[in-house]
Amino acid sequence: MRLLKIVPDNTNIRFVRLRFWAFGLTLLLSLAAVGLTVTKGLNFGVDFVGGLMIEERFQTPPDLERVRAAVDRLGVGDATLQQFGDPKLVTIRLPVQEGADEGATNAVVRKVETALSAQFPGATFSRYATVSGKVSGELVKNGVLAVVLAMIGISLFAIFRFEWQFGVSTFVAIFHDLLMTLGFFALTQFDFDLNIVAAVLTIIGYSINDKIVIDDRIRENMRKYRNMNMSDLVDLSVNETLPRTVMTSVTILLALFAMLFLGGHVLRGFTAAMILGIVVGTYSSIYVSSSLLITLGLRAQPPVDDDGKGRGRGNPRAERVSAGQP
Amino acid sequence: MLDFPRWKVWSICLTLGLAILLAIPSFVPEKTTATWPKWIPAPRINLGLDLAGGSYLLLEADTNDVTAARLDGMREQVATEMRRGTPRIEIGDISTRGGQLSFMVRDATQVDAARERLLPMTTGAGLTGQRDWDISVINTSQFVMKPTEAGLAQAVDTAMGDATEVVRRRIDELGTREPTIIRQGKDRIVVQVPGLDNPQALKDLLGKTAKLEFKLVDEAATAAVQTGQPAPVGTQVLPYAEGGAAGGRIAVQRSTIVSGEQLIDARQAFHPENGSPIVNFTFDGPGGRRFARVTQEQTGKRFAIIVDNTVISAPRINTPILGGSGYIEGSFTVQSANELGIALRSGKLPVALKVVDESTVGPDLGADSIRAGIIASAVAVAAVVAFMLVTYGRFGVYANLAVVINVAVILAMMALIGATLTLPGIAGFVLTIGTAVDANVLINERIREERRRGRNVVQAVELGYKEASRTIFEANVTHAISGVIMLLLGSGPVKGFAVVLLIGICTSVFTAVVFTRMLVALWIRKNRPADINI
Repeated sequence: MRLLKIVPDNTNIRFVRLRFWAFGLTLLLSLAAVGLTVTKGLNFGVDFVGGLMIEERFQTPPDLERVRAAVDRLGVGDATLQQFGDPKLVTIRLPVQEGADEGATNAVVRKVETALSAQFPGATFSRYATVSGKVSGELVKNGVLAVVLAMIGISLFAIFRFEWQFGVSTFVAIFHDLLMTLGFFALTQFDFDLNIVAAVLTIIGYSINDKIVIDDRIRENMRKYRNMNMSDLVDLSVNETLPRTVMTSVTILLALFAMLFLGGHVLRGFTAAMILGIVVGTYSSIYVSSSLLITLGLRAQPPVDDDGKGRGRGNPRAERVSAGQP
Repeated sequence: MLDFPRWKVWSICLTLGLAILLAIPSFVPEKTTATWPKWIPAPRINLGLDLAGGSYLLLEADTNDVTAARLDGMREQVATEMRRGTPRIEIGDISTRGGQLSFMVRDATQVDAARERLLPMTTGAGLTGQRDWDISVINTSQFVMKPTEAGLAQAVDTAMGDATEVVRRRIDELGTREPTIIRQGKDRIVVQVPGLDNPQALKDLLGKTAKLEFKLVDEAATAAVQTGQPAPVGTQVLPYAEGGAAGGRIAVQRSTIVSGEQLIDARQAFHPENGSPIVNFTFDGPGGRRFARVTQEQTGKRFAIIVDNTVISAPRINTPILGGSGYIEGSFTVQSANELGIALRSGKLPVALKVVDESTVGPDLGADSIRAGIIASAVAVAAVVAFMLVTYGRFGVYANLAVVINVAVILAMMALIGATLTLPGIAGFVLTIGTAVDANVLINERIREERRRGRNVVQAVELGYKEASRTIFEANVTHAISGVIMLLLGSGPVKGFAVVLLIGICTSVFTAVVFTRMLVALWIRKNRPADINI
């Protein structure tokens, strides 16, 4: 049986030669992402801004304007209506009830429900959530803290296990992935809620997985071919790991697309974020982080212990050898 | 490489076999597992509220309440101690303003004696050995007592511990299934009740402090209050419960006859004459005797039954109430009488709780999500398995076996440690299926490479596993770092995701590296192939 090979053997794509184009593209996309995030803003879910979210299921697809009118009449603040995928499902968001206690919030939920079921027979709520402003503030703080800590933790690990250049390139690459994700959410206006923070952290985790595999190969080749020019070496390493990079991305995308189409509407934004993250993460591990290593002036290092655990520091002979390298 | 001793093979197979067995109960209906003999372990995966449907409430205590209650308590204690001890110490100008208690000792020569008497009332708090109150004397005879940070923290901690217990008792009384009640942080309690799609009754119940007091009504003062005069010293004006007797407000004496602490039972019943819902209550011995004495002395007068500073009813005492039991009449419905009964017998909350965060998922959506999640997972597994098969042939089969076993092991682990599967958890699960093959992709690609370099089969396989293992280790550690951070900092859904992810990382490394290696080794040892199709 002939086996499928997505990537042919012994590819020799000159990734590094294209790196200035890639840098330009990356810069352009990053600026676009920042611009979008700043101008359009993110569509924060109730988790983050506080407020009230009611998801109502209707018997037949309702006229959104009528739903809006029904809610507006109650005088409970500006309602934001959203509809994703299933036309029978409408998400109604209301701002935090001013200075009100829980009783008032509950009253609002009940008011909205009564009003809707009176006007649209058979309408039932499928879930609702209320988050107070105080709690939402903490969630934002923790979410941002989690992402920042993950970035720092992973970069530190890369510095300890590899060289400082790997740590820096990893950090930059994660930052890039993060910007792209934010840009995506600003563009599509998908709900940005707690789940998305989980998605972002997963993207970071995956994209790092990818980088570590390539970095690991670069380190291995640095030991093997001590006189090789650094850009050739990066090219060789990326090419050698290319089949794996593509294979793994494909399997994960297969799983995620199954989730996107079949996993239900609640997770759609979450899955979309991850799919984007896989694509962006793969790009950034090849272009942003590997190419950055050259810019950062990574040089082939002297041999270290065979199992790759040491880094050769504190070995005077090794330092001398390294000094003699071009 | 080929050296795989028999004991190793057996222990790997046993471990994985056991894990698969432990995953089975989660797929069997609960009714069936209930009929299994006791010695068969049947751990089940907990479904999160977003899957099972139900309510999540985040309750927050107002810590100012605790501070105020401490000041009031200390004020009482100081007044009693100074009066009771010999010699009696006269004090005045006692106030609890500005978060501190201050009072004056009238006779300046008694300042030292007063301090002696105060000291035993303050105790050490926390590990630092700090006392729970700071005592200072200003202007020679003015005492200022200030609760210390450590003392307050300890008081809040105790109050929250008690409050959690009370919340648990109340929810248990409602008869709901498997509620989760966890204290979170300094002043919060998380309540999760599966399968409850109308949380209103629950919130009404938890919102009650249920401080029960019996106080005598001051008729003269009530009349005065109704004509707009201020209440005299020693009485307080309280509102009637909604829908209660006319008049709206009533004046009662400040001192309590009997309070809820002396209650041993309270439950909903029906009035023997008119059949309206009432709450029957019983006092303990001392409480009952006190109640009997007061009602004997005050026959013909009215007393007020007060719950959370609201008068429920103010009946006239027609005959002394001697048996230590009675009933509370008000404008109750059966449900509200039942709720009051539960609230009273579960004890009073030491601190008022407020709902700050709430979400409810209808049971339909939960069921839909599970169905969608299972279908998506199944399709994901099928797609990945097919893809691996056409790409790696025999080695793909091994990798697939590893993935399928991995799925079972994750489920078993989750059931064993009691982790909760949430909707994002299912996403984490699907993602794990995708990444689980990554380790095998790495290994297999490496074997391909080594073969191309002209190594023989055994060498290529051996090098493939050896070289790839290091990369797999490094890649998974970094992945785990983000998982751990999610677990530590995330809340609710993020945590659920992180748990699945972390378990998935551990199990996938084991199945992908150890288990497939064993399969490959056994196959090569048996067949000694000259070439492999990879």
